[in-house]
Amino acid sequence: MIDYLREIISGTWSLFVGLGITIRYFFQPVVTVQYPYQTLPMTPRFRGHIELVKDEETGETRCIVCGMCQKACPSNCITVNGEKREGVKGKVLTEYRLDFTKCSLCGLCVESCTPKAITFSKDYNLAGVRKEAYIFDLKKRLEAKNR
Amino acid sequence: MSAFAGSEANETFVLNLGPQHPATHGVLRVKLTMDGEYIVEAEPVLGYIHRMHEKMGENRTWAQFLPNTGRMDYLHALAYNHGYVSVVERAAGIAVPERAEYLRVITAELNRVSSHLLWFGAFILDLGGFSPLLYAFDDREHILDLLESVTGSRLTYCYFRFGGVYNDIDDNFVAGTQAFIKRLRGRMPMYHNLVTKNIILMTRLKEIGPISAEMCRKYGATGPVCRGSGINFDVRKHEPYSIYPEFDFDVPVYEQGDSMARYMVRMDEIEQSLRIIEQALDKLPEGPVMADKVPKILKPAKGDYYHAVETARGSFGVRVVSDGSNTPYRLKLRSPTFSNLSLFGEACRGMLLPDALALMGSLDLVIPEIDR
Ligand code: SF4
Ligand code: SF4
Repeated sequence: MIDYLREIISGTWSLFVGLGITIRYFFQPVVTVQYPYQTLPMTPRFRGHIELVKDEETGETRCIVCGMCQKACPSNCITVNGEKREGVKGKVLTEYRLDFTKCSLCGLCVESCTPKAITFSKDYNLAGVRKEAYIFDLKKRLEAKNR
Repeated sequence: MSAFAGSEANETFVLNLGPQHPATHGVLRVKLTMDGEYIVEAEPVLGYIHRMHEKMGENRTWAQFLPNTGRMDYLHALAYNHGYVSVVERAAGIAVPERAEYLRVITAELNRVSSHLLWFGAFILDLGGFSPLLYAFDDREHILDLLESVTGSRLTYCYFRFGGVYNDIDDNFVAGTQAFIKRLRGRMPMYHNLVTKNIILMTRLKEIGPISAEMCRKYGATGPVCRGSGINFDVRKHEPYSIYPEFDFDVPVYEQGDSMARYMVRMDEIEQSLRIIEQALDKLPEGPVMADKVPKILKPAKGDYYHAVETARGSFGVRVVSDGSNTPYRLKLRSPTFSNLSLFGEACRGMLLPDALALMGSLDLVIPEIDR
């Protein structure tokens, strides 16, 4: 009987202790961010979809169309096409297609690229209603950015 | 636990729990044969989120399987990374620099804490308490920020590579982690006052859902489930890998075998993980984080290799069979939750439905990892 009463008292007390904690936290500053009105900066290593790097000297892409990124990708997201042009050593990039619908942002492509021609973008709030919106031509994107 | 009041007339009905149900935390279906509020039989039905990870692994190069490992158990992705890279390193004979091993342990343990915190919140949510989830998420958010600053992602990390890790940590990470350890240590008494000592939680967990050590052995249960039943088994201690033997930490074991014991094991493990991280940060050696001379196209020698790691849910084992080519011949993944769930059918027989849900929550199920 005594144990029973003791349990009731300590049990009720434990509820008040819990309530005290929630009340205390209620008056503490808010920890959430009111997205989309407020945003946080992305960390430097944030991995968004990949994009071509602009070479500071030429203003063009550094891609040499070796196809290593295409081969490294586990999900076959990348299609690189290039052509031989007269007067230019090696191949020239004509198309760099990224199918972002299948990309797992693993970064194997970026690691495999010897001339460091691709990097991660900081785009995180992509939105679209059609699948095609996520098939990017990275070369066109780079050109658009340059303009 | 109240006594099983089975009726004579054998009037049972079938109740489907899931595949879409808040208490199953994913697409798990449990076919329950009920006698009123009591469970006569429970049969987990799996496969709703089966993605053929093993087969995928056999159809791509060794490195291309890396991102998959993080998608099996999205709550403790780094341990799964760790298991896979370790087995391949064993197969290919790659030596990992010491600093890389330290970074692996630090990040994997941080990830374990975040997994336990999420489990804590979700488990209390199953039992009807909402606020602890928000507090746990607040703490977990700090870990995700820390891990994001080194790995670049927040959940499905793909940070470990054969021979090391993807990139090095900086001073901010070290300082941030130390601050976090202090913060979480300060918050643990609050969790215990708010939740552990709460009378409602105690009556819902104590002596509910008993799992005997016998049953754990029968079904191969590992992790906090078996440690809550008095079996002292932790891969980090008993089949040491990486640099775990260098750290001083305890394996929390509780004898009771009820839901409360499993709860306590995980709460204690948070503190043990913090201890490991603290020691690792103190001892962190300088040096490279990637082995040099890792071949670009990996072709491990012919053979059969196995490596197990301790994840937040138990022992995760990877077995690879190499035929000397650039893809695995066979890849077998032993997932802990699959074994832990298997005992559910036997353990919940004769239980009240809400108690069985508490038992299920205490098993800490991650469905994509069961189905793989
Ligand atoms: S992006 Fe890099 S890896 Fe890919 S084709 Fe161009 S140079 Fe080669
Ligand atoms: S990040 Fe991974 S999945 Fe995405 S394009 Fe690169 S290699 Fe492919």
